[in-house]
Amino acid sequence: MEILVYGTINSVSLALMGLGFAMVYGISRVPNFAHGALYIVCGFVTWALFQRVGLPYVLSIFLALCVNGLLGMFMYRFILIRVRGMNISEIICSYAIGLAILEGLRWGGFRGMTNTLPVFMEGSFKLGGVPVDYHRLFMVIIGLLLLAGLWAFTHYTKLGLALQGMAQDEQAALMLGIDSDFMAMLAMGFGAILAGVAAILILPLGNIVVESGYNVLIMSIAVCIVGGLGSWMGAFFAAFIIGFAQILTVVFIGSHFQMVVALMAIILTLILKPSGLFGRQKELEERV
Amino acid sequence: MTQPILKMQNVSKTFGGVKALTDVSVDVFPGDVLGIIGPNGSGKTTIVNNITGFIKPTSGKVFFKGKDITGMAPHKIADMGVTRTFQIMRPYFSLPAYKNLVIPLFSPRAKRTGGWRGGGRHGDRATVAVDILEEIGFERDSNIPFKPTSSLPTGYLKRLELARCLSLKPEIIICDEVFSGLSMSEIASMVPLIEKLHEEGITIVMIEHRLRELFQVANRVMVMNFGEKLIEGTSDEVMADAKVKEAYFGSEKIEEVMTYA
Amino acid sequence: MTTQELRKERIDRGIKVRSDGLYALMSWREMAYLALPRFILIAGMLSLPFLMPGVYWQRVISIVCIYAILALSFDFLAHYVGLVSLGGAFFIGVGGYIAGILNSYFHISPFLTVPLAAVIGGALCTLLLFPCLPLKGVYFAIVTLMYPLFMARIIEAFNIFGGTDGILGIDSFSSTFVEQYFIVAMLLIFIFAIRRMVTTDMGLIFTAVMDNDQAVKASGISITKYKSLAVFIAASMGCMAGACLTHIYMWTGISMFALDFSILPIAATVIGGSGTLVGPLLGCLILVPVSELLRDFGTLRIVFYATLLVGFILFKSEGLMVFGQRKYEQFERWKGI
Repeated sequence: MEILVYGTINSVSLALMGLGFAMVYGISRVPNFAHGALYIVCGFVTWALFQRVGLPYVLSIFLALCVNGLLGMFMYRFILIRVRGMNISEIICSYAIGLAILEGLRWGGFRGMTNTLPVFMEGSFKLGGVPVDYHRLFMVIIGLLLLAGLWAFTHYTKLGLALQGMAQDEQAALMLGIDSDFMAMLAMGFGAILAGVAAILILPLGNIVVESGYNVLIMSIAVCIVGGLGSWMGAFFAAFIIGFAQILTVVFIGSHFQMVVALMAIILTLILKPSGLFGRQKELEERV
Repeated sequence: MTQPILKMQNVSKTFGGVKALTDVSVDVFPGDVLGIIGPNGSGKTTIVNNITGFIKPTSGKVFFKGKDITGMAPHKIADMGVTRTFQIMRPYFSLPAYKNLVIPLFSPRAKRTGGWRGGGRHGDRATVAVDILEEIGFERDSNIPFKPTSSLPTGYLKRLELARCLSLKPEIIICDEVFSGLSMSEIASMVPLIEKLHEEGITIVMIEHRLRELFQVANRVMVMNFGEKLIEGTSDEVMADAKVKEAYFGSEKIEEVMTYA
Repeated sequence: MTTQELRKERIDRGIKVRSDGLYALMSWREMAYLALPRFILIAGMLSLPFLMPGVYWQRVISIVCIYAILALSFDFLAHYVGLVSLGGAFFIGVGGYIAGILNSYFHISPFLTVPLAAVIGGALCTLLLFPCLPLKGVYFAIVTLMYPLFMARIIEAFNIFGGTDGILGIDSFSSTFVEQYFIVAMLLIFIFAIRRMVTTDMGLIFTAVMDNDQAVKASGISITKYKSLAVFIAASMGCMAGACLTHIYMWTGISMFALDFSILPIAATVIGGSGTLVGPLLGCLILVPVSELLRDFGTLRIVFYATLLVGFILFKSEGLMVFGQRKYEQFERWKGI
């Protein structure tokens, strides 16, 4: 029972992390390796606004998400747009940007265990005999709502459908008058906001540490690759698989192995079935 | 009754839900020039890919000289002497033309058999490459073999593809639409080349759309449609067949189309 | 009123008659022209340890060379074979650990551990990377990025080979002279060796694999064999560099798999000039001292070269060396049409 509860919590948090990355890649085919950095940036800005400037918590969150969105769009519009299409350069560029942001934060402010964000609700309850705090419950609910909301958005709104169109076939979308650069910029901004949302929900459970930026990046990549790059459903399922695998390893083997599981998942998937569970990149399979 | 040099036995290939090939069987005898024709999308290139190992058949077998080569790695199949050209040409654009041939001359097969005209065993590979090119029609004096491949016109590139096959001293060459994209004069100069290769004893399989030129060189023709083999026979037999006409023209209005033509 | 349109014209200096690798040398002047850059390279690198004021900077030169070897392997793999490896730290770490283990558990002297680490490490890395070789470019890059992180976590989690503390008390080289000149010499040997190799037939096959692997397969050549060979060469170089690093620091630990080792070679290659095989060295000569100077600022130096990397990718992606080469061999002028 414990495993079920903690597994679900872990999986939803992984799904939240991976969602932003999956969205950006799915729509604009740009692998955003600065994803982890955007996650931490949102946490940092929220903390700074809340603790240093003294704004109310909700306002801080809102402003931080805006900052994230703008940062994502800025990153695309001025930097990544120039290396669009050259896959390796995109990875190196976004990775370097993420690196610069994270290490800059490490130098500038975050040292050690002093920075935290408050949880939304104090207290906990028992779910089938397992203690669960309210915040984690809140996170799971919001996470699931978010996923449902995104699904509805991409299937029923005009903008969402445009984004989906781009995800399926960029050139066709271009011919139909959908401006792919603008869409990609929106996608990056959106992905950055999602990273921020994940940060808001997850960071209060621990401290804001720069290391977790790298960990989040690796987890997001793991979730997306196992699920298949470009498929959000796949990312969701993969999050559950990896999430439960991690909890099982913690329970049975030891808690050092969490990251190992994620990394192992990436390596194994790429070796055995590179297109992932639901991936559309079938051409990797045939290797013709 | 001689043994077929290449034998496809009930080969089928499905990609997801698409049936690219359904139960295709054919025997190719040494010294044949077999033409494979059919409308676009009928599975002709898939046949080539299945024979040469770039794709594994879902079911069925392929035999070369009696040996089962189904699903072997492409370079091993080429090593045995089954070579192919690519429909979308793949020369090494960044290199000078003759270097395209130096690379196959480096392969284990070329080292074993000595390559075309036996030059690859000991000689300077660059010289052998230029010799092969000259034999295929690249004028040595005009410096064409040394030009960067990206600057050569299509006719030369098609010959380069064939030359690449030749340098391996092949037993079979499978040509995937060698005549496409060429002007009339280029095709006219390509046909004698194919005939020459045939005289050298190489078995040739040609996938083509240009029926007139194909029928000049091919001694047997096979027609594909929607992944199935319709018929096999001499060119006259095949063109007189009603099913072939239906595949190319559609069944209803043949007479009308023929009168307008 | 007439306005003259100008266009920029690039004219070869005409001193070096180039024809696909063949140089027609007709005078001492031409030979000097060709030899000068190489002479500067060799003489410069060999004399650097002398010129450095003090032990600290001499060590920096050694570090430059180690990074340069790693950057060279990256450049070779990425631009001559088409395999982009974002995880140079993997080679350094494996080489470093093998040298450390051989030295502290088996008491083998540095003279032997370095070549042994190079060969064993190279083989081990190639074996581990073997399943990833068929992967398409992006995916190969991601996987190589994950490998060093994976190794670091495994060592940490299983607490083997010293765990988070690492292996201490490793011997250093027999003298500082050996320490410095060995690495410089190896670097120079590697540069010239690889430059030579890419013009041979084997290098031609690497280029072909990069260009068009289908055609290579259809020519009866096994791509996997050649890719493995290329990875082995690059891995051996990286492992050798890692082994040297272990002996310089007299310690090896998880930080051998650190990010630094993955990112700096890439930055050095992009800045110094990708594809030239000398560019990475130039990049390292610039980046490593600067990063040492910035050591006081802590991790800010990573910010610095990450930003520099991005800047160069965006605006001057050919790199300094290519730019310099062009200037050296051609001159430009504005000419009226």
